[in-house]
Amino acid sequence: MNDAQELETVIGLEVHLQLNTESKIFCGCANRFGQEPNSLTCPVCLGLPGSLPVLNQKALLYAIRIAVALNAQVQPFVKFDRKNYYYPDLPKGYQISQYDLPIAFAGFIMISSEGKPKRIGIKRAHLEEDAGKLIHDASANCSLVDYNRTGTPLMEIVSEPDIRSPQEAYDYLTTLKLTLQYLHVSDCDMEKGSLRCDANISVRKKADSTLGKKTEIKNLNSFKAVKNALEFEADRHRTQLLSGDRIIQETRLWNDEKQSTVPMRSKEEAHDYRYFPEPDLVPLTLSEEAIEEIRRVMPELPAAKWERFRQQYSLSEYDAKILIQQPSIADFFEACTHLSKEIKKICNWIIGPVAAELNARKVGIEVLNLTPIHLVDLIKEVETGAISHLAGKDVLKMMLDTGKAPATIIEEEGLAQVSNSDELEKIVSAVFNENSKVVAQIKEGKETAMGFLVGQAMKQAQGKANPKMLAEIIKRRITDA
Amino acid sequence: MLSREQVQYIAALSRINLQEEEIVLLQKTLTDILTYIEKLKKLDVANVKPTSHVLPLENVFRDDAVKPSLAQSEVMNLSVSHSRGAFKVPQVIE
Ligand SMILES: [Zn+2]
Repeated sequence: MNDAQELETVIGLEVHLQLNTESKIFCGCANRFGQEPNSLTCPVCLGLPGSLPVLNQKALLYAIRIAVALNAQVQPFVKFDRKNYYYPDLPKGYQISQYDLPIAFAGFIMISSEGKPKRIGIKRAHLEEDAGKLIHDASANCSLVDYNRTGTPLMEIVSEPDIRSPQEAYDYLTTLKLTLQYLHVSDCDMEKGSLRCDANISVRKKADSTLGKKTEIKNLNSFKAVKNALEFEADRHRTQLLSGDRIIQETRLWNDEKQSTVPMRSKEEAHDYRYFPEPDLVPLTLSEEAIEEIRRVMPELPAAKWERFRQQYSLSEYDAKILIQQPSIADFFEACTHLSKEIKKICNWIIGPVAAELNARKVGIEVLNLTPIHLVDLIKEVETGAISHLAGKDVLKMMLDTGKAPATIIEEEGLAQVSNSDELEKIVSAVFNENSKVVAQIKEGKETAMGFLVGQAMKQAQGKANPKMLAEIIKRRITDA
Repeated sequence: MLSREQVQYIAALSRINLQEEEIVLLQKTLTDILTYIEKLKKLDVANVKPTSHVLPLENVFRDDAVKPSLAQSEVMNLSVSHSRGAFKVPQVIE
């Protein structure tokens, strides 16, 4: 084994997704982030004796929606199981999860890898309850426990080890996240922990049919971190394999500051969860008709929308791709197309100035003061020459700040261009009179001086003349004269 | 017969401290349970439908509706030790 080229990286990813139901999965406590510690708990999610869980129907519906979007088989008979372990983030001493009959199995998603389509298998996706949150206080030698998160509906999505590079892992995650966003089942916000990811990686000889010893990587707080951690681990595995060292199967933590992984300090004994069927919850049967009904009302998924945007609006692959990157942007674009047929212009404004403002303000389009009709009106103002393109961008900023209509802002700020030809003719006459020498020079062939005349006229108009009309008038007068 | 190590392993998973005489006692009682299970395994269940739940119930749901939670103070009263609205436990590192 002396040629690194013959080694192959094998990656599988585990994604945990918090579902954005109103209430928790097995009790009526609100499913909400960022509240006072232990203010969203009850006997059920605290695991007090005598309390009984009851499944939230919405959580089940969301889980099936995810299963369908992942092209997975939906389990016709669903049951829950107890995963037993003692840790303070788990008040009951067990987590209600699914063991041998995950709600979804044998699915896949298509990603684009180096420009080519690639199928990444989804081994399974199951429904479970989230655990509480621990804050370690080393100075006080204690840990603080907040059970607000306990019982948040969680979907664990496990890929097959079909991923062959850190970049592919990144592409898988962005594609998966976009798909999940279109389902409206989760905020998919890594910063708030509503989407979390653990990675498994091993390296083997390409010819090998079995997998190498794997490392599980935890503490990955962004897709970028996933990619960087996998690159680090792939290198570490290769170096060790090539130098003949053994890889130990272990869990390692990613350190974002040091850009490296360290072995996780772990308890001596291996995890032994002793799964058994959850006696407090009765099983579920999902009829083919019930699943079919969910399939029928599925929202349009990104790949389908991309295809449709290209067909229906004759957009380029690139433009369509940008528009579908956020469901709210795609919806906004479509709302605009119902108001105006200037499809290409709408697209350019959205993926250009509007997107730039969204990035600068770090917000989504849904929270801005922008309505489709206002954007379409703004585009009209620019197209008719009422304002310049440059002024249009300023008006957009003011629209976002104030929520006012473009016409109102143009009026209030005095941004309207002079497009009245009588007025422009008058200005040009004045400029010609004041600069008769220059006019004469142009007639003798010094055409470069035209720009000077346009500049002078624009100055007279205090910058508000329609530049296109102005140039036309000046040109015509010189040729006519 | 269940070994000492097996009993100690189960005790460790359950975070239970066992005295010497308890280990011996549990070796015997747990073995009795397993022997009984072995007996059950010999039954012919070819014509029995597999079951994962004893109640003849299926598809019990609740609507996704928020109900009031307990007050933070009420929850903290349940704890042995607490700090700033959170349960306080000996430091755990994993
Ligand atoms: Zn609760």
